[in-house]
Amino acid sequence: MSSRTVPTSEPVVSATEEHIEIDLKDPAFAAFLAWLMPGLGHWYQGRTHKAVIFFVCVFGTFVYGLYLGEGRVVYASWRDNDHRLFYLCQVGVGLPALPALIQARREQPVQFPIYKDFMAPPKIVGAGPNDPDSLDGLQKRLSHFWEMGTVYTAIAGLLNILVIYDAWGGPAYSIAGKKEDDEKPDSGGEKEDKP
Amino acid sequence: MTSAATIAYLLFAVRVNDLWYALPLIVVVSLVYSATRHELPQPIVSGAVRMAAWICGFMAIGFAVLFAVSSML
Repeated sequence: MSSRTVPTSEPVVSATEEHIEIDLKDPAFAAFLAWLMPGLGHWYQGRTHKAVIFFVCVFGTFVYGLYLGEGRVVYASWRDNDHRLFYLCQVGVGLPALPALIQARREQPVQFPIYKDFMAPPKIVGAGPNDPDSLDGLQKRLSHFWEMGTVYTAIAGLLNILVIYDAWGGPAYSIAGKKEDDEKPDSGGEKEDKP
Repeated sequence: MTSAATIAYLLFAVRVNDLWYALPLIVVVSLVYSATRHELPQPIVSGAVRMAAWICGFMAIGFAVLFAVSSML
């Protein structure tokens, strides 16, 4: 168990001096949970208001990006003509981006009700430029929403890296281990006025 | 130069609505970054507002520079 403790009896002085006690519990496990689902690590640590902020912001951004790209902007591909480097950013979101790995390994992608080829890699070999399931066809049909969706989902993944670090190490501006430091040791040098 | 400036203005007019897509990103990036710096809600919000202002400022400066350059080409 790891914690960053400071006296709770002292009031919050300013934004840069947050005198609060944070119990990080198991930081490695919390970091794993934070990667698995944005905010889950903080929820495990009992930092619920931050968990809600992270979940709404990061997961909401990811979902909105997927919506803009009709579920196709997040996909894993290491084919010769299509190295999807954005996925390295997107996978920072954790579990919500992992279906792309399953879809990439399948010959026939799993079909979903709303977005049929959800997170499936687009066709490259044997697809004509007017094929709606080809990479060219998707970019042509979605236009700038393809880029918007890619950027939104990638930023969500990158932001979650900050969240993971926060779950592991606590906030940057809290003061760690000041409990004993605040009590000044007796120096023995007090001046006494002798009559 | 006049026609280039006109094209720049037209492009801006056509694509100006795309700038709205930056708004949620600014809010989200500011909030998440600020929340990783602070622990309490009040410093988180004030830090997020400050950072959002910085981002908007940088975006405005970048936009002004690029717009001026594209107008002069």
